[in-house]
Amino acid sequence: MSKDRVVVVTGIGATTPVGGDAASTWSALLDGRSGVRTITEDWIDSVPVKFAGLSAVDPGDVLPRPEARRLDRAEQFALIAAREAWQDAGKPEVEPTRLGVAVGSGIGGITTILAAYDVFKEKGWNRLSPFTVPMLMPNGSAGWISIEIGAQAGTHSPVSACATGAEGIAYGVQMIKDGRADVVVAGGTEAAIHPLNIGSFAAMRAMSTRNDEPDRASRPFDKGRDGFVLGEGAGIVVLESEEHARARGAKIYAVAAGAGYSSDAHHIAQPEPSGAGIQSAMRRALESAGLTGADIVHVNAHATSTPAGDVVETIAIKEAVGTHPLVTSTKSMTGHLLGGAGGIESVFTILALTERIVPPTINLDDLDDGIDVDIVRAEPRKLPGGQIAAVNNSFGFGGHNVAVAFTSV
Amino acid sequence: MALTEQEILAGLGKIVNEITGIPAVEVTPEKSFVDDLDIDSLSMVEIAVAAQDEFGVEIPDDQLKHLKTVKDVINFIQA
Repeated sequence: MSKDRVVVVTGIGATTPVGGDAASTWSALLDGRSGVRTITEDWIDSVPVKFAGLSAVDPGDVLPRPEARRLDRAEQFALIAAREAWQDAGKPEVEPTRLGVAVGSGIGGITTILAAYDVFKEKGWNRLSPFTVPMLMPNGSAGWISIEIGAQAGTHSPVSACATGAEGIAYGVQMIKDGRADVVVAGGTEAAIHPLNIGSFAAMRAMSTRNDEPDRASRPFDKGRDGFVLGEGAGIVVLESEEHARARGAKIYAVAAGAGYSSDAHHIAQPEPSGAGIQSAMRRALESAGLTGADIVHVNAHATSTPAGDVVETIAIKEAVGTHPLVTSTKSMTGHLLGGAGGIESVFTILALTERIVPPTINLDDLDDGIDVDIVRAEPRKLPGGQIAAVNNSFGFGGHNVAVAFTSV
Repeated sequence: MALTEQEILAGLGKIVNEITGIPAVEVTPEKSFVDDLDIDSLSMVEIAVAAQDEFGVEIPDDQLKHLKTVKDVINFIQA
């Protein structure tokens, strides 16, 4: 099997705080609509952050009840997005042993764990759902997707906090390049809007507390940013060898041209201040894709709206790629989906290439000092015609940096 | 007062439907949970626990594995 196989994207799926599928999500992003809103749960008084990017469509309204009750919410999002992507790809006929899955979650089934522990304490072990373990395990989503589509080439679940979704896609690309599979369903999912998570992230002072203006709270690159906004949902793509896709006449969105990884080895939760690790990941992504910085017209930035991270990333983009790409942070509208972020943001990067338009970073009223890259503010901006390329950045607690490069077809 | 077979069957149908999505009308006495209704062992545990709540009869694990058909469960609850 050739090592230089070309990998293409033939299907996309997403369920996010701004839309229940990829199309409605994309249209909301181009309209600059925020999905962040006030949480109305009865536990809200126990935490200092009163808002989040709640999913636009509740998965319980989409899935049949018997199915939903045996899935953690993160698995529900993943299955919904995977089904959309699989359908969008035309449900490819593929040998089961040539079909893989690479879908992870940053945190896993935390709402299941906590609810199950309450049942355990109050009613005893015998009242735990027999599905508790498959619901709480972070590889549960990947397992369910593999069963759904009959994937037997290998089912994988990278776990790298907020880089998880991008790492899933990077891993899926590599599976096909290495000749282990012809088709891989890849991405990330998260469902972590729970008071314990909010409390724990708030304890790190990592979250925005702009409780009086939830839809203005996620403001990457803005001087007034005060932390990230938690979001939930999933983003999934169908990756396919170009040969396989062409042979069946599939619609091709983009080429998943390459990926780069690095790790900061610096601090468990803070970005390395020079951005050297981010630069390495981006450079390696370009190298593996056979691209140069000049080819990159767009970067979907990780930029989460924390004071520490956003400016460092722009410096790294400038060093590794240049100041010319149109940079945006769609987290300004979706919030931060943690393990789902790299999944949905890869979908957005792919759509930016196919539609030749970059969604804006909203809430960017006062650009922070030290930012030299071209950030798309307020309104979407057009990308040029011809052969173009874009990068999706995703970074995670633990020091993980992942960059995935896509090119137009 | 002991429940009739019909009452238990109706209750079981509701439980099976809630847990697996199988229409309650398909839950008839002669059906095997595994072979006819395609219910896996994890779901059987859920059904047993729900039946315990509904009918107030505990179904121990060593008994559960012998209850192959809907009729077996009805008989166990009535006994």
